[in-house]
Amino acid sequence: MKGKPAVNVSSSKRRRPMAAGVLLLLALVSTGAAYAVTTSALSAKSSSAANADNARQGKLLFTEGCSSCHGLAAQGGSNGPSLVGVGAAAVDFQVGTGRMPMAAAGVQARRKPPVYTQAEIDKLAAYVASLGPGPSVPKASQYDFSDANVAAGGEIYRLNCSQCHNYAGKGGALSDGKVAPQLMDASPKQIYEAMITGPQSMPVFSDRQIPAKNKQEIIAYINYLQSAPDPGGSALGRLGPVTETVFLFTVAIGALVAFAIWIGSKAR
Amino acid sequence: MSDTTHGDTGHGHGHEVEPITYTQSDERGRILLGLDEHRSRRTDTSQRAAKRAERQIAGMFTFAAICFVAAIAAYLLVPKHDIVWVPVLGNVSASNLSLGGLIGLGTLLIGVGAIQWARALMPDEEVIQERHELRGSDEAREDTIEQFRRGAQESGFMSRPIIRRSLLGAMALFPLPIAFLLGDLGTAPDDKLRHTAWGNKPRTRILNQGSGQMVRPEDLAVGGLINAIPVGLTELEEQEGSQNARAKAAIILVRMNPDEIKSTQGPNWDYEGIVAYSKICTHVGCPISLYQQRTHSLLCPCHQSTFDLSDSGRAVFGPAARHMPQLQLDVDSEGYLVAVGDFAEPVGPSFWERG
Repeated sequence: MKGKPAVNVSSSKRRRPMAAGVLLLLALVSTGAAYAVTTSALSAKSSSAANADNARQGKLLFTEGCSSCHGLAAQGGSNGPSLVGVGAAAVDFQVGTGRMPMAAAGVQARRKPPVYTQAEIDKLAAYVASLGPGPSVPKASQYDFSDANVAAGGEIYRLNCSQCHNYAGKGGALSDGKVAPQLMDASPKQIYEAMITGPQSMPVFSDRQIPAKNKQEIIAYINYLQSAPDPGGSALGRLGPVTETVFLFTVAIGALVAFAIWIGSKAR
Repeated sequence: MSDTTHGDTGHGHGHEVEPITYTQSDERGRILLGLDEHRSRRTDTSQRAAKRAERQIAGMFTFAAICFVAAIAAYLLVPKHDIVWVPVLGNVSASNLSLGGLIGLGTLLIGVGAIQWARALMPDEEVIQERHELRGSDEAREDTIEQFRRGAQESGFMSRPIIRRSLLGAMALFPLPIAFLLGDLGTAPDDKLRHTAWGNKPRTRILNQGSGQMVRPEDLAVGGLINAIPVGLTELEEQEGSQNARAKAAIILVRMNPDEIKSTQGPNWDYEGIVAYSKICTHVGCPISLYQQRTHSLLCPCHQSTFDLSDSGRAVFGPAARHMPQLQLDVDSEGYLVAVGDFAEPVGPSFWERG
């Protein structure tokens, strides 16, 4: 008895949610079309105007996603450093590798799947770049390593990079629970950005310290490491004598002990 | 005890074999000594089990033979430079994997088959053989002494003193040439451990070891790091024919905000936030460049000694007892960064005479 009018009401309203759905679809399509029109119009504008536009949209993204730690004007706070003057390359690296935004407070931001799309990252980068001069995102020609000398890159890598990132790019421990990350997933652009911006504990290697040509050689060497085979058998993580010793002491000596027990046991 | 001993001589295993003593217990049931009761194997009691073991062992040997033939085939057929992905092992050489795997499996099967043969089919009686007494018989001892005495007499070692003394003299001189060879260890280091190539002439320019360029202050960004050596070091190395000079003179240059520098080892030894420290750890001399720019700490990968480069290179953690030696920096008239002089103290680990 009580439910009857309710049933009536819902049946009379049944068409309305459908209509709302159609309306939502229409709204989405028109927004998409409008977005396409504005973006094409945007690309037609002069690049500085586009940058200003990007920066404006980036500021919105920044206020929403970053300002709780880095401050409303990116001036820094107790939870995050100031971003004035870090440049677009730092944003592209930190957000593009998923290190920022951090999932939780910790000694170090780790690589994870990126939260923002590349278009959003570009807007954030444009906003941060507008705050003060800093390294800009490198162009594809800057990190193109197709003509670079891999062997020379290996030498520069061992001089400048291998102490922290391991001679095979497998990363290593720093102090206070921090680590130098492994480089197996790093793209050429990200490697270049890391060198010019010095993210987190890493020192800066500007183009005056390591010239662009040598940077391309380093990238070529890391690219080689990322796909280098191990003809001699399992590399055991390419961590050197530690894993090899662990393997010998557990697997190899364990097998010898098992054989010795078997030899010494009485057959039934 | 002897009343519980089983008499079992083990089917004629030589005359020294004692009767076997199986595990005995005293009247309270405590185990005293000896072997477990003999249990016969299934292959001893069942003809079928013995046959099966025989087939098993022969099968292993046959499979080993097949492995070796397959290894030869793999050598001839598998391309030398092919890389294959194998679970657990990763990207390995197909040739190495097949050769090593087949030859390894073959030898393993021979070994396992041989042991299984001994365990399952060869005789299985427990045998106890007592040790000899260590002391020889009186007769043998006297005979030996007599032999020595006769030998000494017949050789004339005691009756011919000229031969004896010349031989002893020759033996005494034998170690001398070996002692003289020690001269090749070189001269004493004198004060070499206290000076580096930075002190060879005043105001030495600094070379970026990676790019080979002389360093100017504007090359270094804040937070930047350069591995550096003195200008002219390569020529010095060629002259000396060794890399000793490099091992002592290697430095790292880092730049921080000038107001982050808490102290330097001398008045204004930094140049606009650029500081230069030895690269050689003061603990046992590992080269360090694990510089963490956010905390200005320099971490040695060998034993985790940590130095604070914003605070005179102070040792803040780990086994190193002394700070990192610092170089005083300045800029010359052409705008290049220079080291004013040598380190004020020996670089690297301690040595006896360091004081």
